[in-house]
This record gives sequence, structure tokens and C-alpha cells, in this order.
Amino acid sequence: MTDSNDKKEPPPAEHAPSKDDKEPPQRVMSLVEAQEAAMRRKPASDGQPAEKKRRSFAGQRPQAGQRMVTLAEADAKHESLYAKHQKVYPRMVHGFFADLRVILASLTLGTFYGLPWINWGAERQAFLIDLPARKFNLFAWTFWPQDLFYLAVILIISALALFLFTAVAGRVWCGFTCPQTVWTEIFLWMERKIEGDRMKQMRLAQQPWNRERILKVGGKHTLWVLFSLWTGFTFVGFFTPIRELSVATVSLSLGPWETFWVFFYGLATYGNAGWLREQVCTYMCPYARFQGAMFDRNTLIISYDTQRGEPRGARNRLVDPKSKNLGNCIDCTLCVQVCPTGIDIRDGLQYQCIACAACVDVCDSVMDKMGYPRGLIRYTTENALEGRPSRLLRPRIVVYTSILIAISLALVVSVLLRVPLMLDIVRDRTSLYRETNEGMIENVYTLKIMNMDNSDHRYVLSASGIEGLKLDSALTEIAIDAGQTRDIVVRLVADPEKLSKRSNEVEFLLQAADDKKMVVREDAKFLGPIPVRP
Amino acid sequence: MADFTSSFWQWYITVLVVLSIVGVTALVVWMAQGKLKVGEEAKPMGHVWDEDLQELSNPLPKWWLNLFYLTLIFAVVYLALYPGLGTVKGVLGWSEIGQYEKEMKQADEHYGPIFEKYRSENVAVLVGNKDALKIGERLYMTYCTNCHGADAHGNRGFPNLTDNDWLYGGSPENIQTSIMNGRNGIMPAWGAVIGQEGVYNVASYVMGLSGRKVTEDAASAGKEIFAKTCAGCHGADAKGNPAIGAANLTDSVWLYGGTQQAILQSISGGHQGQMPAHGEFLGEAKVHLLTAYVYSLSHTSP
Repeated sequence: MTDSNDKKEPPPAEHAPSKDDKEPPQRVMSLVEAQEAAMRRKPASDGQPAEKKRRSFAGQRPQAGQRMVTLAEADAKHESLYAKHQKVYPRMVHGFFADLRVILASLTLGTFYGLPWINWGAERQAFLIDLPARKFNLFAWTFWPQDLFYLAVILIISALALFLFTAVAGRVWCGFTCPQTVWTEIFLWMERKIEGDRMKQMRLAQQPWNRERILKVGGKHTLWVLFSLWTGFTFVGFFTPIRELSVATVSLSLGPWETFWVFFYGLATYGNAGWLREQVCTYMCPYARFQGAMFDRNTLIISYDTQRGEPRGARNRLVDPKSKNLGNCIDCTLCVQVCPTGIDIRDGLQYQCIACAACVDVCDSVMDKMGYPRGLIRYTTENALEGRPSRLLRPRIVVYTSILIAISLALVVSVLLRVPLMLDIVRDRTSLYRETNEGMIENVYTLKIMNMDNSDHRYVLSASGIEGLKLDSALTEIAIDAGQTRDIVVRLVADPEKLSKRSNEVEFLLQAADDKKMVVREDAKFLGPIPVRP
Repeated sequence: MADFTSSFWQWYITVLVVLSIVGVTALVVWMAQGKLKVGEEAKPMGHVWDEDLQELSNPLPKWWLNLFYLTLIFAVVYLALYPGLGTVKGVLGWSEIGQYEKEMKQADEHYGPIFEKYRSENVAVLVGNKDALKIGERLYMTYCTNCHGADAHGNRGFPNLTDNDWLYGGSPENIQTSIMNGRNGIMPAWGAVIGQEGVYNVASYVMGLSGRKVTEDAASAGKEIFAKTCAGCHGADAKGNPAIGAANLTDSVWLYGGTQQAILQSISGGHQGQMPAHGEFLGEAKVHLLTAYVYSLSHTSP
């Protein structure tokens, strides 16, 4: 680790030529050191509005002889397996993609915080995973543990969608809809509201623990904790009816598990969005690591156009860059300052990049100010960067899309045709068959019938498959309340003369007396003696 | 100790376990040697993979090495506390059967009151109690269906419990006794005693009792043999004797099959029917509920 004691006060010179490649490289500063150095400089310029204006979008450019380095570079210098975390202070961005992220975050967070409060009918929460009752309310539907394969299908669809979107557009999930991004975004927003923008935050971190710092940092954490607890509360509200939960919370009578999950989920939110942030993406997230397998040369990536940008360097807006032998990149490092994961996109595609497009937005604004065309940093593909055409329709896209459509259609059809009635047949295992005193053959079955509907029903049972087969049951109509299971023992009686085999197929048919469409059929075996051939 | 067929095995296990622990400890200590001296560079060990991936002579990381030592300490502590070295019982005196009994005791304490609640109530009253019958049904489905069938209609050799025809009497007390203590029904083999013709004749007589068509001569010959041989148990009127479980032969209920062939077989070969005792296994409270359920199968609620 670089010892911070040997920090040198940067030379006071402003706007020294930054092209010093030929000179022997002086000390390399880490990003954080550069940030600190810039802050120490900042107060000096406060009283000089003209100078401030000149640096309005240049921020704190590294001084002569100092090159700003990325976290990865700084880490590489120190041969340690342990990279000390350097807090990233992402600069606020405005622009198309920033707005898009705000919209998507509002949608996803709105759904999360709002959904449990929606009721379907008078008493029924529209989305409720009722674990004690082993059922899942989804608007008008009720799903039971027996429907769990729908969850498997939904997970398969999610995975395929992730593959497809990644292959087409790279890490759009990471940049715009991933909960880690979305919650970090709202935590950043709160941080900015209380501590101020990037510069103020960094300066605050340098201050001694005076009144201002204690109030601001304390206020920020209080707000974060409250928001996190609300998040945990909402999370539990997906499992315990949220209206009951609010009453229980207010009267401090939450159950032990509810309390645990409110605090656990709250802690996870506070830790992940407040403290860990980009470290989750770079060190913890498995998806960040296997996304590379889904990338190809036609995948949309966020990239800096090296050909257009280099050689980078500072210049006056009115100067023609060609005359100074410069590219379009003015080396303002704003793209580094806005990056939530603290990388320099100009170094090329990196695994830390979550494709949030903050650098695209900020670079476009700089290009506008400079009067250069937009898109020095842009969504593009590897092929496009190398001057080759990009293709959208590749075999993998076609395969992903067709499988995705097929499975999604199958899911929709299956849910629409789902009969909320289940019949399981358990044949008595210990006896093959039974001869009655009248010489008939009997088989005994235990039927497990589950009414998965939201209303009570009466059902009629019948059986077929053997000529003259008789169903012997104590009940002619089976009444089962909504969501209840009932075990019914029935006998099937057949004439041994009519049995052509020892094992015969029979079919049970269960139909609701009040709804002819509510039918289930289930096959079973009917065993008999060895048939006597005439 | 009963677990071992000879004392060889307890020593076999003990020696192997002790040797393993000592050996592994020695191995770990040996491997932990070779710390780099101050300023010393790690040397390549000569193992190369994937062209340039080399093994160096660096020592094991401390935390990792300590994990090895921890597992060794764990092993020694475990062997001191629990049985593991042959017949050594361990300081805690833990055993599988002890654990089982402890858990069963806990379960009984927890669930016992549910069953105990109904014990004082009369079976005739319980027949009208839906909750009690539901518990009884569950117990029946668990312990009785294997022989008597899920519908309690029985099977060959296993009586039908729904028809109010009882070998040992159908009062709640009789049913409870049958479940608690079990029953041993013995029909002796008469083939060698009365001969093949005698068996045929008795069968004809017995079948005639329930109104089936039989040969008159054989039936009257059979009647004589019945009076001498069978009436002792089944009674002069062949209505059976619930005290010893002798079946009523005048109805159409045949425990071992009602065909002529089956009846001939029953008389000449005899039968041994056994209902196992459940008293000790289930306890009186559960048997009480089972009795109520079985009784309810042939008696509707009052």
C-alpha cells in the first residue's frame, strides 16, 4: 500500500501542459490521492470565480507530472492480494441514460414498495407468499406447492432473458435494473441531498469530526437506516399480509421471524447499497464474471473511441485540435469521476464496467460544450469499432429468442388452462387384490383430492376402463372447502370374467358438480387374478 | 460390547484411528516446516503447469495451517466426548438408542396430551366426535392399513372391520382388548385326523349352513363328524365362539375364502391367524382412539 505520509503538495501551477509522455514518469498517484490533492487545491480557487468557471467541467484535473490512475492500476502497483477499498464518489450525471435509469429505478422500486399494498378483492392481498398456509396469491390466482414447477419455468425464462439481453445489449441488466444498481442509485441520491455533490462529499470526508460533519454524516446514516428498515418491512410484507404487519409493527408485536427478516433484509440493504456498492459487482456478483461467455463481437458495449479520442489532451475550445495534433478527448476525466465502479472506460472494456452509461452521458455533454460531435464514448460493438458491420441476427440470438418465446408461450398457455383441482391416487400397496364373498375382484385406492380453487366445490367421482367396473364409495358427492385436501378411500369392483389381464388400466375422473370444465383425470392400475382362458 | 462379534474389531478400529491422528499430525507438522528466512526468496519447486504456472517454496498460509490443527484438536475432543474408539463410551455417555429414547420421550410429552385428552371419554361418545375420529383415522392409516386395507374391508386372513361380524366380539371393550393384547386364532389341521373324505363331508355340511347347494349324503355324513370334531370350538349350532375366536360358519363371511376349494383347504390344513399386540407400542391413549375409529366403522354415531 502506498503510504499516505509521503504525499507531496502538488505544484500550484495551473494548466501546465499535460503532454509529458516523453519525460520520465514522476510519481504515479492513485485515484484517491488525486482526489485528495484536488480538494486541497479547491479552497484556494474559491475566491476566484474566473478560474472556477474555467474549470467548470474539468473538475480537478491532475497536475503536471501526475497521471490519474484507475483503481486497477493502483492495485497492480502494490503487490498485495488484498486491495484496500477506495471509496468512489460518483459525480452526478444528467442525460438520456441517467433519465432512463431514474425511470427504470422508479418502476422497479415502485413495484417493490407498492405491490404488497395492492389488494385483490376486499381482504386478499394481490401478491402474497403465504408460507404457513403453503400458498401463493397472485392476483386472481392461488398457487400451491404442487404448482412449484411454474416457479422453475419462470426462473428458466428469467435466465434465458438474461442470456438474450446480454448477448444483444451487454450488461443492461447491471446498469439499469439490477437491485444493487437501483438501490445504490437511491442511496447515492440521499447522500447527495444531505452531503452535497461529489466535491462536497470528498471535502467532508477530509474534515475533522466537527459539528457539520457529525450532523451530515449522522443524518445520512439515519436516513439510510430508516429507508433500509422500510425496505426490510416491505420485504416481509410479501410474506405476511402487510396491513397486519403495519399494525403489528406499530404495536411492537412482531413475531421473532418477522423481526429477524425486517432487520436482516434491512441490514443487507444498508450494507450493500450504503457501504459495499461497486464491490458487490466487482467481487461478489457471479453474473459479472460469467457474462463474458455471452459476449461476442456484435454485443453492445460501452466503449471509448480510441481512434477519435487519441491523442488526448487539454486545449482551448476555440483551438482546432488538429493544429495541436490532438484527438477529441480533452482529458477532462469526467468519465472517470462519474463512474460508479471507479474505472477509466478509456482503458477499454473491463469486467468492472456495469454498463450504466454514466460516462456516455457526461462525455456527450462535454462534446456538446466543445462543439465536437457526440459519441466519443458510446454504445457500440467491437465490430463497429473496428469498422466492420455489426449483425443483430446471429445464431445465438435466434436460438435464445426462439427458446424464450416457446417457453413463455407454454407458460402462459399452461397457466390459462390450469385446473385448480388435484387428484392423487394411491393404490393399497400391501394387497394385490381382494375376492369378495360374491366372487368379485376388489381393489382399494386412497384418493387425495385437493381443491386448489378459491371457492368451495362439490365433486363427482367416476371410474372407467373395465367393462362393468363399479365404483364403491361411501360418498356420491365429495364436498371440499377452498384450499382443503381430503383423503377418500374407494373400492373398484370388477367381474373376474371381464378381466383379460392381471394388470388393467383404469381411469378415475373427478368433476366439479357446479363447473363442468373443472375436470381432472388420473390413471391407475387394477390388479386381478390370472385370467382363466376358455 | 454387543456391537462387535469379536474383540478384534474394537482394537482394529482403535488402532487405526489413533494411528491416523498421529500420522496426520506428524504430516502437518512436517509440512509446516521450511519457513522462509528474512530476506529469503521463495524458490521454484520444479512443478510447472499450463506452461508458466509454478509451485514455489512458500510456507503454508498461517490461517490455513491453523485450520488443520483445529481439525486435529476437534478429532481428539470428539473422540474423548463421544464413542469412537472401539468400545470406549466417551465422557458424555451418548448413544444412538439413548438419543432415540430421549426424542421419543420429548415427542410423547409434546403430542401425548392430544391423545390423552380423549382417554376418559367413552367410545360410544367418541363415535360422535369428529376430531377424535379424525385422529383415529390417521392412526388407522398408519398402523392398520397394511393388513386390514385402507378401507378396513380386510383381506384373505385379515378380517373385515366394517361388517359388524366379529371373531372376538364387537363391543368397544373387546375391540380394545384385541388391539392392546393382540389375538392368536388357531384352527387346527384336520386333514390327517378325519381323512380326505371326512374333510369333504364336513365342508359340504358347513357350506349348507349358509344356504348353499350341497350333496345331501355328504352333508349328513359331515354333520356327524362336525358334532364330534368341530362343535367343541364352533359350537353345536356352528355360530362360533367369540371367547376363543372361533368363526361363525352359518353366515356368508369367510375369513380365508368362501369357495369350496378354500373351505376344503381351511379344514384339512388349518390356519393360524395372528393379530399383533399394540398396547406396549402405541400406548393406551392411542389404542383408545383407534378403538373408537374401528367401532365407528360399523356403528354410526348415536
